Amino acid sequence: MPLIDIQKLRKTFGSIVAVDGVSFSVEKGEVAGFLGPNGAGKSTTMRMLCCFLPPDEGTAVIAGNDILDDPVAVRKSLGYVAENVPLYNEMTTSGFLDFICDIHRVENRISALERVVESCALGKVLHQQIGTLSKGYRRRVGLAQAIVHDPEVLILDEPTDGLDPNQKHEIRTLIKKMAPDKAIVISTHILEEVDAVCDRIILIDRGRICADGTPEEVCRNGGGSLEQVFRNLTTLDSAEKGGKS
Amino acid sequence: MKNTWSIFKREVKGYFTTPLAYVYIVIFLVLSSFMTFSQYSFFERNVCSLEAFFQGMPLLMILLIPAVAMRLWAEERETGSIELLFSLPVTPTQAVLGKFFAAWSVIALSLILTFPMVITVYNLGDPDVGPIVTGYIGTFLMAGTYLAIGSFSSMLSKSQVIAFVMGVMFCFLFYIPGHPSVMNMVSGVLPGGMVNLGEMVSSESRFDSLRRGVVDFSDVFFFVALAAAWLWANIILLEERRAA
Repeated sequence: MPLIDIQKLRKTFGSIVAVDGVSFSVEKGEVAGFLGPNGAGKSTTMRMLCCFLPPDEGTAVIAGNDILDDPVAVRKSLGYVAENVPLYNEMTTSGFLDFICDIHRVENRISALERVVESCALGKVLHQQIGTLSKGYRRRVGLAQAIVHDPEVLILDEPTDGLDPNQKHEIRTLIKKMAPDKAIVISTHILEEVDAVCDRIILIDRGRICADGTPEEVCRNGGGSLEQVFRNLTTLDSAEKGGKS
Repeated sequence: MKNTWSIFKREVKGYFTTPLAYVYIVIFLVLSSFMTFSQYSFFERNVCSLEAFFQGMPLLMILLIPAVAMRLWAEERETGSIELLFSLPVTPTQAVLGKFFAAWSVIALSLILTFPMVITVYNLGDPDVGPIVTGYIGTFLMAGTYLAIGSFSSMLSKSQVIAFVMGVMFCFLFYIPGHPSVMNMVSGVLPGGMVNLGEMVSSESRFDSLRRGVVDFSDVFFFVALAAAWLWANIILLEERRAA
């Protein structure tokens, strides 16, 4: 059974359809790049997966638990970093990670904390207030928070947004290292990131999936490089829409 | 239960790593003493009791409790950390209760710190213990009720200022119907039943008997039930609107 199994998720905000019948599944060991232009519905889909937003229709099963029936069990087996990395700014990094361990009831807390502090390189800022951290460190604290309980499923919304090339490289290396025993979904609109870490592409535009497969498959079917495929599948649609209305 | 405790600990730390708890406690102590000695003339009464101290509590709490409560949800929603909180294995009930009890314990601390007032009356004479104990219990319960109202109001807006104003307004609505001046004014105009109803739902008149040392189960029940109702509404609202 796949670790992430999404069935016809749909979400509307008023008259706007943000996500329109999205279905896909991700197996253990897979890193899926969730690709699409801004406003395509990537973040909304991810928010539904971590049970923050309830879907209007459809459902998803994460690590054997349904997001509608048992959101708490879903969140136990899932690590999530939201797009703008919300954190508790008045806490110190160590106090914050301690709180997260508390909530997840992490056994063997000291070794879990040592592991994430090392892999996210947080040693220098452990006693610093989160509100005073740089963007790069904030991202890393967000990531540390998501992996401290060693979840089976990771959902990362633009994990390298706003990082410098060195930091991007570190995060990507970390993701690749964790990949074999997790199912990971990364949303991004940076195409080089897909080449760097993803072995599967799910292209979404205006709430609908328009391509799904390995990078090679998607390029072959779309006829061209990934960038061309991306532009063809997403801008063509919006031009068409503009023409009709 | 354990999650409620984790959230409780985090919130209490939050109150004390920011100036909020200190500012609240200092202002509460200053204003409560000021009201006792000047507004409610502690010395002129010539009675050795804390009646003057407790008399101003309902009004003072209306202004101060929403200030403690306003950050509870408005801040989470403003900074977006609510998305973090609800990507963790936490239920809305656990989150609401954890935050509520954290704020309530800060208020409890501020009440404990009024102990010099108790020492003062014991030095001046031989006060009746009953009204002092019930006065403190009543104040604590009333604060819990206002806090539940404030927590709910904090969910209404991302702006802490609006949350504060709404909180004060809702608390005031549960205060004013039983106020003596209002009672006198409306008793000639409205039918007796409505005046009694106003008295029944007013924190002022409910607190009044506790302050005098009379523990009526219905008064205690009033505060607890009202707090529970507002917290329940808070949980519903949180489920509905957390992403808005």
